[in-house]
Order: sequence, then C-alpha cells, then structure tokens
Amino acid sequence: MRIRYVLKRLAVLLLVLWTAATLNFLVPRLSGRNPVLEKILSMTAGGGAYAMGINEMADAWEKRFGLDQPLWKQYVAYLSDIAHLDFGYSLAQFPKRVSDQIAEALPWTLGLVGTSTLMSFILGSLLGAVMAWRKSSRLLNLFVPPLIAVSAVPYYILGLVFIYLFAVRFKIFPLYGGHTIGSIPSHSLSWYIDIAYHSILPALSIVFASIGNWALAMRGMMTTIGGEDYMVLAEAKGLKQRRIFWRYGVRNTLLPQATNLAVSLSLVVSGSVLVEKVFSYPGIGGLLFTSVVYSDYNTISGIVFLMILAIGLATLVLDLTYPLLDPRITYGGG
Amino acid sequence: MAGISGVLTYARRNKNLVVGLALLLSLFLFSAIGHLLVDVEKAYPLGAPSSKPPSSEFPFGTDPQGRELLAVAVRGTYLTLRIGFIAGGLGLLVGTILGFTAAYYGGLYDTVVKWVVDVLLTVPALLILVVIAATLTKGMSLDSMALVIALLAWMWPTRTIRAQVLTLRERAFVRVAKLSGATSLEIIFKELMPNLLPLLGAMLINSVIGAVFASIGLEALGLGALRQPTLGMTIYWTMQQSAFARGLWWWIITPIVIIIILFVGLFQLAIGLDELANPRLRRKV
Repeated sequence: MRIRYVLKRLAVLLLVLWTAATLNFLVPRLSGRNPVLEKILSMTAGGGAYAMGINEMADAWEKRFGLDQPLWKQYVAYLSDIAHLDFGYSLAQFPKRVSDQIAEALPWTLGLVGTSTLMSFILGSLLGAVMAWRKSSRLLNLFVPPLIAVSAVPYYILGLVFIYLFAVRFKIFPLYGGHTIGSIPSHSLSWYIDIAYHSILPALSIVFASIGNWALAMRGMMTTIGGEDYMVLAEAKGLKQRRIFWRYGVRNTLLPQATNLAVSLSLVVSGSVLVEKVFSYPGIGGLLFTSVVYSDYNTISGIVFLMILAIGLATLVLDLTYPLLDPRITYGGG
Repeated sequence: MAGISGVLTYARRNKNLVVGLALLLSLFLFSAIGHLLVDVEKAYPLGAPSSKPPSSEFPFGTDPQGRELLAVAVRGTYLTLRIGFIAGGLGLLVGTILGFTAAYYGGLYDTVVKWVVDVLLTVPALLILVVIAATLTKGMSLDSMALVIALLAWMWPTRTIRAQVLTLRERAFVRVAKLSGATSLEIIFKELMPNLLPLLGAMLINSVIGAVFASIGLEALGLGALRQPTLGMTIYWTMQQSAFARGLWWWIITPIVIIIILFVGLFQLAIGLDELANPRLRRKV
C-alpha cells in the first residue's frame, strides 16, 4: 500500500516537471520572437561593423540550436535535454553553458536562503510556541501586531529598508555583493568571514520577513492544543512544565508546521530571488535578473526549471517523511 | 446589529478590520486627492528638474530622470492598486466559476480541475510569470501585465471555493431546495452564493494581495510597463541606477513607505474579513 502512495507521489512530481518544461518550451515560442536573430542584431548594433550577412549568421545559429527543425522535433529534443539537466548554452555569455552558470551561483543561494529559512523556521516556531504558552508573560503578546505587520512586507522591501538603515545611514554592513570586490576565493578564514559579513543583511531580511508567519501559525496551533484533554491530564498528573511544553505541546505541532514549510517553499524561493537582486548577491536570483535584462531565454528557463525541480523534490521528501513524524499516518488501508 | 452603534461595537472587537480599512482608505484618499491637486504628468520623465531633495516646491523630491516623486507616489499607488484589483478580481472570478462547477457537477471534470490546481500550486507562480513576462516584455502594458498575473491567480480561489461548496452541497437546506424542484442555477445563485459572500470578500482581498505581490515583484525585476510610474517600476529604477550609492535616499523612501502601508493594510483587512467570514475564529486566539 505504501509503495502505491510513493508511486502516485512520483507521478505527480513528474507531471509537475513536465508541465514546467512544456511551459518553458512553449511560452517563448508562442511569442513569435526570434531570440537568436534579436541577439545577433543587438550584438551588431553594439559592435557596429558586422552588419553584413546577418541572415546567414542567424540561419547558421538556428541550425546549431536546432531551431530550423519542426516544432515537435524541437519539443522532443528539448524534453530529452531537460531530462539530462542539459539546458544548452547561455545566449548572453555565449561559450558558457547554462549548467555551469547555475553551478557557480547555486552554492551562494543554498547557503544564504537555506540557512536563513531554517533559522526563521526554528526561531519563529519557538517564539510562537512560547507566546501561546499559558505560563509565559502576557507581555509577549505585545509582539503580535508588529509580527503581523512585518510578515506582511515582502522580503526584498525589508531588505531595502535594512540597506538604507545599516549600510547607508550607519555604515555597519556592506551595501551589496557576496564578497569584497577583488578578493580572491580561497579556503582561508578571512575569506569565510568576508562571506559571512556580506550575508548578514540579506539573511536578516529573509529571517525578519518570514519569522512572523511561522510564529503566528505556531501560536494558533499551540492555543488549540492547549485545550486538549491530554494537556489537562498531563497537568493533573503533575508532569514537569518543561516536559508538557516540549513533549505534549511542541511535538504535536511539528506535523502541521512541516506542512506549512512545504507549502511556503515556493514563496521562499521567489521571495529570495528578489532579495538577492536587491543585495546584488551572486546567487541564482542575481543570475536570473541578469538573464532577464539580456533576454537570455536558455538561462531563464534553466533556472526556472531547476527551481521547480528543487521545490518538487523538497515537497516530495516532506510528504514521504510524514509517517515518520506522525505514526497515525500510514497512507493506505483507508 | 443595531445600526451604527452595532457596527462600532463590532469594530472594537475586530481591530484588524479597522486598522486595515483605515490604512487602505488613507492610501486611497492620498491617491484620489493627489490626482486632483498634483499634476500627474510630472510623474513621467522630464516632468521636473532632476535629483532634487525634498523641499517646499517638491515635497518628496525628484529623481534623476526628472520625475516628481509626489506625483509618482500619487500615480503609482493608483496604478499598482489597479493592476492588483484587475488581476485579483479576474483570478477570483475564474476561480469561483471553476470551483463552483467542479464541486457541483463532480465527475471527471472535477478530477481534472483538482489535478490541474494541485500541479500548478506547487509551481512558484512568480517564476512562471518571469518566463511569460520575459518573452512579452517589449509589448508589456499595464493591462497586459494584469492579464498575465491573472493567468496564475485563480488556483487558490478554485481550491477554497470547491472545498466550501462540497460541504455546503450536503447541507439540509440544499437538499430541501433540490427536492422542491429548484434547478442547478437556482441552487447555485439562491442557496449557495449568499452563504459564500463573506468568504468571497475575504478571498478577493487575498487575491489582490497575491496580485500586487506578483506585480511589484515582476516590476522590480524589470519586467513591467517600463514607462509607467508604478510602485514596482520605481523600485526597479532605484536599483537599476544605484540610488543608494548616489545618496538619493528620498527616491527610495517614497515607494518603500507606500508599499509597506499597502501590504500591512491589505493583510490586516484580510485577517479582519476572515474573522468576519468565520465567526468561529472569533472565540479562539
């Protein structure tokens, strides 16, 4: 029975990926624009001299990229390339492959967004749990309205506010970039300190903008759980408060919180794209922005596909681990 | 509800609703009165001298292209809200129709709708919008922007409405209506719709939040109507022309403050309306 569920989930994932790939393939082609010709035209406009033979050049390129084939052949070729995670060449930085571009940018994003999302998830959940705990000070509830307000603001807007306060007004943190310009990557301590120093403001804006959501969701759940019979029983048995809080309260909120994490992953990703852009961070978001500016379709579709793949895989893993988090769920029999 | 005093009593209990309405109303009034008092042509390049800090003549200052930022604030608030309401409204409309029909008629149609919604919801809308907008960017106008955003704004409404109708359909009053010979359309409009009105109100605001969020996000990436002084485009220009490094702080403060007021207002309103729509929430939390 469990196998059937896993297979079904895999089928959904494949369907999601196929939809994403198809949209990626169709949308640019439906628009009726010719990215190759446009690219060459803009290159000659910039360079001036090579105005002759543009059409021959475009034809040659189209043949090179397989754009002269019938649409269905292109589609099949595209799907098979995508299946091998091969997104072709970047149109803007030509000899570079899209996969290399992404490989360069990915560690930055994973480091920044991964750490800060995890941090805000843990801190926010704890904050929410403590706020709803009856024994906590009522003063904590004063935090609720500002939390709601801050969580309403998009990550990157908060990022701009932070830049203004901490980089422009009080020059504590750098204005932009992932590392000091001109510094050479190495495995030295100073390099890592430099990276950490540059990542504090972007990380803070992600943490601050998302902590409220986790806290509020957690607070709601803990309030509901507070009224359950087993909490009353635990109290009556005279269990230690610490034990009731962690083992009876927090533990029972883990599953819905994990579900929220899965649901909000896509929001986290799109939100952090703009945070990276605001801070000129050398990650995927920054790459996406540059590709948009130079209408580099191959890179754009490569990034979009990879992000959708990542989110799909993460949701799949979360879905499959539910039975471990909550023994009541067995997927099957019902 | 005993008239005004009843409303006031309720308002005291539902503070979110009041705060949200107040914030949005003040933005609305700011933009509406601004349109009367300020020359909105100055919101476009070369409407004013460039890069002037706030002064009595230009209360919000001007940007390097010579847009007067007070005019930008007035015009941009209106344009951004317009995109949000058009896209959010369209999304809600399509979602309501799909959700209603899927839940009411069921069968294969329902299965297909449910699957499409489930698949599309796992795909981050902003990324798909980036792909679509990046291919259209040259011909992007404000309304085509709203339409593009509406393309991916109907899934949550569909899912929510579908779930609601599924439970309502089994209630006694719907069965009675069916037994007394009401047609499907009559049941949908006379029995189901009135029960869903408060929820639809809350969902409209949620859709608008999503649409405004998407529009500002796309514009900040440079995928919008480049000539229009919307809030998102203003953010884009400040970043594009490194306003911070040039010390033009007033250029950035203006759109940021408005965007923050806008989002906080919309969120508070959504929470407040949700409470109005689900009275059971009131006793909790």
